[in-house]
Amino acid sequence: MKIYKYQLLSLLGAAMVFTSCGNNNGQSGSSGALNSSAAEKVYVAPGEHDEFYAFMSGGYSGNLTVYGLPSGRMFKEIPVFSQFPTSGYGYSEETKPMLNTSHGFVPWDDSHHPDISQTNGELDGRWIFINGNNTPRIARISLTTFETEEIIEVPNSAGNHSSSFVTENTEYVVAGTRFSVPIPQRDMPINEYKGNFKGSLSFISVDPEHGHMDIKFQIIMPGFNYDLSHPGRGKSHGWFFFTTYNTEEANSLQEVNSSQNDKDFIAAINWKKVEEYVNNGGGTLVPANYAHNIYDEGTHTATTNMKKEVLTVNPLDVPGAVYFLPTPKSPHGCDVDPSGEYIIGNGKLSADLTVHSFDNMIAAIEGKKFDGEAYGIPILKFEDVLAGTVKSGGLGPLHTEFDGKGNAYTTFFISSEVVKWKLGTWEVIDRKPTYYSVGHIMIPGGNSAKPFGKYAIALNKITKDRYLPVGPEMEHSAQIYDISGEKMELLYDFPTHGEPHYAAGIPAELLAPKAKKIYRLDENKHPYAVTSPDQARVERKGNEVHIYMSTIRSHFTPDNIEGVKVGDKVYFHITNHEQDFDVPHGFAMIGQNTSELLIMPGQTKSSLWEPKKVGVWPFYCTDFCSALHQEMQGYIRVSPANSNIELSWSLGGD
Amino acid sequence: MKTIHVFKIVPALVFLLVVYSCKNDAKQDLITNQTSTEVATQSQKGQAFIEDDSSTPNVLQIAIKSPDHTTLVAAVQAASLENVLVNAGPLMVFAPTNAAFDALQEGTVETLLKPENKAKLAAILKHHVTAGNYDKNFLKKFKKLGQADDTNVIVEVKGDDVYVGGAKIIASIKAGNGIVHVVDKVILPTSN
Repeated sequence: MKIYKYQLLSLLGAAMVFTSCGNNNGQSGSSGALNSSAAEKVYVAPGEHDEFYAFMSGGYSGNLTVYGLPSGRMFKEIPVFSQFPTSGYGYSEETKPMLNTSHGFVPWDDSHHPDISQTNGELDGRWIFINGNNTPRIARISLTTFETEEIIEVPNSAGNHSSSFVTENTEYVVAGTRFSVPIPQRDMPINEYKGNFKGSLSFISVDPEHGHMDIKFQIIMPGFNYDLSHPGRGKSHGWFFFTTYNTEEANSLQEVNSSQNDKDFIAAINWKKVEEYVNNGGGTLVPANYAHNIYDEGTHTATTNMKKEVLTVNPLDVPGAVYFLPTPKSPHGCDVDPSGEYIIGNGKLSADLTVHSFDNMIAAIEGKKFDGEAYGIPILKFEDVLAGTVKSGGLGPLHTEFDGKGNAYTTFFISSEVVKWKLGTWEVIDRKPTYYSVGHIMIPGGNSAKPFGKYAIALNKITKDRYLPVGPEMEHSAQIYDISGEKMELLYDFPTHGEPHYAAGIPAELLAPKAKKIYRLDENKHPYAVTSPDQARVERKGNEVHIYMSTIRSHFTPDNIEGVKVGDKVYFHITNHEQDFDVPHGFAMIGQNTSELLIMPGQTKSSLWEPKKVGVWPFYCTDFCSALHQEMQGYIRVSPANSNIELSWSLGGD
Repeated sequence: MKTIHVFKIVPALVFLLVVYSCKNDAKQDLITNQTSTEVATQSQKGQAFIEDDSSTPNVLQIAIKSPDHTTLVAAVQAASLENVLVNAGPLMVFAPTNAAFDALQEGTVETLLKPENKAKLAAILKHHVTAGNYDKNFLKKFKKLGQADDTNVIVEVKGDDVYVGGAKIIASIKAGNGIVHVVDKVILPTSN
């Protein structure tokens, strides 16, 4: 046995010594992926809970997915900007208004950057915000019900990308435009872009009690592309920073024409100054048209309010509010360290990271050390605001997060790696490959004054061979790294849904205890609710038939309905009478031109059916709710349009 | 006893295979995959090592297959840049021929290939890479290109020819992740 061991060791030893001579990107040491301690670190025993929630944006799914860390298990997909047949979101009569916009009903979007509400710069776990990139919108999701509660459209914006990041006390959720457009929109030649198109930066106030959003003001900026943003914090609280590219203001072939300037800008906005200006009556109210959709938890119903004006601010009218910080090579990510001192521009066509100093910026502003202006906005001198440059040797830096221990972690798309470096000395401490082509990185609380620097998640754009192949399109891969030590350790790979851009993580203990289990039936204020089965009924108003239905394991009340006619508009209003955690009931009607409903305990949901064929048609519960789930069904008799059969309904023949 | 006998031989074999692989990086992934250890997975993973014969060859695969680019490929491997060159990019690689490397001052290539010069070699190679995908004709629209080493190269048009950093494009091959322009000179970064 001893000899056997010795030989095995020498085998391993030989392999370890000599295989490290090749293509290791300067790596050394263990990846840990095959290491049993790595497995233990991500193993959450059956019935045990994860340490963190992670909220991953869904990209082109339009939604937000909820994961556990470190296990990488997906718990829920929260529908936000997209219709979601799994729950009936955007299909039910109550939730359709959530997707209303000034362009009509838009059942999809491209969700990008979730951000959790903060108090005093720390995650408070009340809400999470996320932006719709395509038809500019910002959504607010409750972290009690894990449901979308509010969506506000952003006028004068296009490609709502530098969004939806919150200020230190969630005073504002901020949304910037990636594509500049004519403001107001008008019919004009595209090639007259330069000097005529504008970029809007919207500061959406958040009501501290209910979270309700309202566009407080929009700063109308030069027609650059405003790519990403982050809030100042601590000493830089009151400022907001946006990366820009296409300061060339090209309107075609941007991959060439937007890369001509060696430097673009980070726009530094003193929003407190603008807020004060606005509070004193400053700004111009301009006509606009945008939807504000609010879901009311009491009525379980969303309503749309079309808003008709928005307050705009010309930055030149507020001296000292807006400055440009030159930043090399089309910077993408714009990240602020937990202290609020360092503002990092990740120049995506550069190899280096540019780190600006907030203190230097203030000194340069006070010293009036300007290097010209752009459309009247002062440009600070690059050398005056620069704190340092991180020379990592990586290619294509995109995003940076922080561990709260003085380190930063930057993703590099082209060289597919995460580089750990030290704030202040700018030295590279470690680098680990990602698989492959990483976009964002997320450390729970990584965009706050208090990160929880235990894990980092690399959110990759390309999966290729990481999992069993499933045809040309693969779910994007994520990697979780243990960042508690000096060197990062790759622990685990897991697939993510849609295309996660940014993500946000929070300790489970801040959310789990307050997660809602049921909606109380006695608090149900839905106008079509039936709070006891004896209220169940069917009413006709012309060709509209309203079915007030209740459900409880394992039947619908009523379950036999006659007197419905071809050409009727039949509304099912179904109240789930369960008051038991995790017992929803589903509802689906044969031939209905919409999705099922999934109705939570205590909730009322409605859907429309327009019967086209004479006959007796069944409906049933779609959620395996109980041992007698298969019995949970009913029939509706549909008679010809000219029939004179009276409306009747029953359960068990009564 | 037979088992022990086998284990005496295997380490020797592994030793030989692995030493060989150091001299021949292209084959290294195969060998280390078989000896699967932690270090092996660390160094040999990445997009460059995915087997895929249905996609259009990427810029790295094109270079590897070209008999005129053995020096370039050796340099890419010495600088551990394989995984960069298979990235989604898009990547435009200006690929000097063997003759172009031969035209450098004697000993230059040998010096650059030394492990202690890895960073310098990587910088020179990155000077031959642009994030972009433009054919020769389209390149005429540019006055300069921003290279992956963070410096620029000048684009010049002389008659029908396009010169990038003083090197003439003599052939172009479309790749799955960009384009390879074969050039007649090594493009050395000007110190700036």
